[in-house]
Amino acid sequence: MKKIFLSVVGFSIICRLSASAQTKQDSVFNKPVPSLYAPVEQKDTTHYSPRRLRLDEIDFVSSYYNQTGTHSSVTGDNPNFFGNGVFTNSIATTDFSNGLDLKLVWLNKALNKNTLGIGMGFDYHTAASQAFVSKTGASRDNGTRVYPSLDWTVENEKKGTSFGLGAYYSGEYNYKSRGLDAHFSVKTADRMGEFSAKLQGYFDRVIQIYPSEFIPNTTVTNTGGTTIITTASGNIISANGETVRHSKPQLPSNPRNTFTASLSYSQIINSRLQIMFLGDAVAQNGDLGLPFHRVFLQGGKDTIEKLPSTRFKLPVGFRANYFIGDNVILRAYYRYYVDSWGIRSNTASLEIPYKVTPFFSISPFYRYYDQTAAKYFAPFEAHSPTDQFYTSNFEYSKFNAGFYGVGFRIAPPNGVFGWQNLHEMEIRYGHYTQTTDLVSDVVSVSFGFK
Amino acid sequence: MINQFIKALACIMLMIAVSSCVHLKEYQKSRINDSEMALTNRKVEKNELNFQSYREAASGANAGKTGGGCGCN
Repeated sequence: MKKIFLSVVGFSIICRLSASAQTKQDSVFNKPVPSLYAPVEQKDTTHYSPRRLRLDEIDFVSSYYNQTGTHSSVTGDNPNFFGNGVFTNSIATTDFSNGLDLKLVWLNKALNKNTLGIGMGFDYHTAASQAFVSKTGASRDNGTRVYPSLDWTVENEKKGTSFGLGAYYSGEYNYKSRGLDAHFSVKTADRMGEFSAKLQGYFDRVIQIYPSEFIPNTTVTNTGGTTIITTASGNIISANGETVRHSKPQLPSNPRNTFTASLSYSQIINSRLQIMFLGDAVAQNGDLGLPFHRVFLQGGKDTIEKLPSTRFKLPVGFRANYFIGDNVILRAYYRYYVDSWGIRSNTASLEIPYKVTPFFSISPFYRYYDQTAAKYFAPFEAHSPTDQFYTSNFEYSKFNAGFYGVGFRIAPPNGVFGWQNLHEMEIRYGHYTQTTDLVSDVVSVSFGFK
Repeated sequence: MINQFIKALACIMLMIAVSSCVHLKEYQKSRINDSEMALTNRKVEKNELNFQSYREAASGANAGKTGGGCGCN
């Protein structure tokens, strides 16, 4: 009897505890228990607050570029410039480039997606040619370039349109550049095609740094008992015996303006193929040469590069990407280029990414390039003294070029190296050769953070 | 003559391809939306495009730079 009594009491206690547990609130999420008889509380959507600004993506790209060659535009392609019968010296041309891009995203009151891109680039270069702006090779053989950028885009996903504005700056010792752009895109009604347009304007200044033999000597003038010493760059360093200090050298500069209209149209053809047509119209005016590029005319007379003050470029391109089977993709590109300086060019490239896994791909690539020479190009001592324009910069010569290499991309779902925020990493190496004897190698790495 | 034939053939193939566009539903775009299929330059290519535009006379029509910055070293 006693056992039966204790069993009933125990069962009763257990039942009460269970009943109590069921009526208590969820201790994990602390949510109220919904009732069939009481209406569920509704959120007030009339006072919806748009999503606040958030950092969507960070991209970091770093590259190392190394170049050797036998034709220097600074030396005017003069084989005896260094006095030893060779075209160039042993200082390598290298460039270490680094770029950081931040992408900030928010929705405005109309629920349009706004994207603010903030970029910062920094390059450090060494250059054989730069050292020989001074005929003795005493000039600095290195320099830096800083180039911040800003881009704002607002996208209406319902209409399939976007509009944006951008600003750009690049500064290095001998060249300053400021740029602005406006861009617009609209998708077709079936969302299978997209038309984009972009207008760009670059407003640059070319600092007039001449080869040492063309720099005028320091002048000394004496006016009314006042002695003024003026340097080649126009700085007054001494007046009436007192030193005049300038915080910055006052080298003169010339303008160079570039205006570009870019149009593109992309179209999805089927579930495996999409294509794109691209075209730019580029108009340049101002100082389009560089004052430290030497030219040796027939007879050995030394002068500096002289090019027309206007140039019109018209490149048109075509891209096609095709997914073969489940693992292989073809990325093809072709461009035809023509300009008012008489240059015609073809560029064709093919990249074949192979997806080893859905998150890891290997991409071998090859790029072919050719161009005809500009009307104003001639090598060492080939220009006539009566020519109106002249340059010995082999960038404007006739040549072919090949560029090949391989890239690796890894983007695992749990992050690269297990680091969730590092969602993508790419490494790419390329070897570039021109028939002008220019040879270069470039290795790049990019990291994408979310 | 051969070049003209190749250009004409390329134009015809292109016109056939464009005229045969099909409408895809979102779930049919898994391959088109693959990151390797993007009709843009890779981020890691950024500095390659820069050096090519400085070492070659032609530039543009590749969503890269058409001006700004000297890069003359």
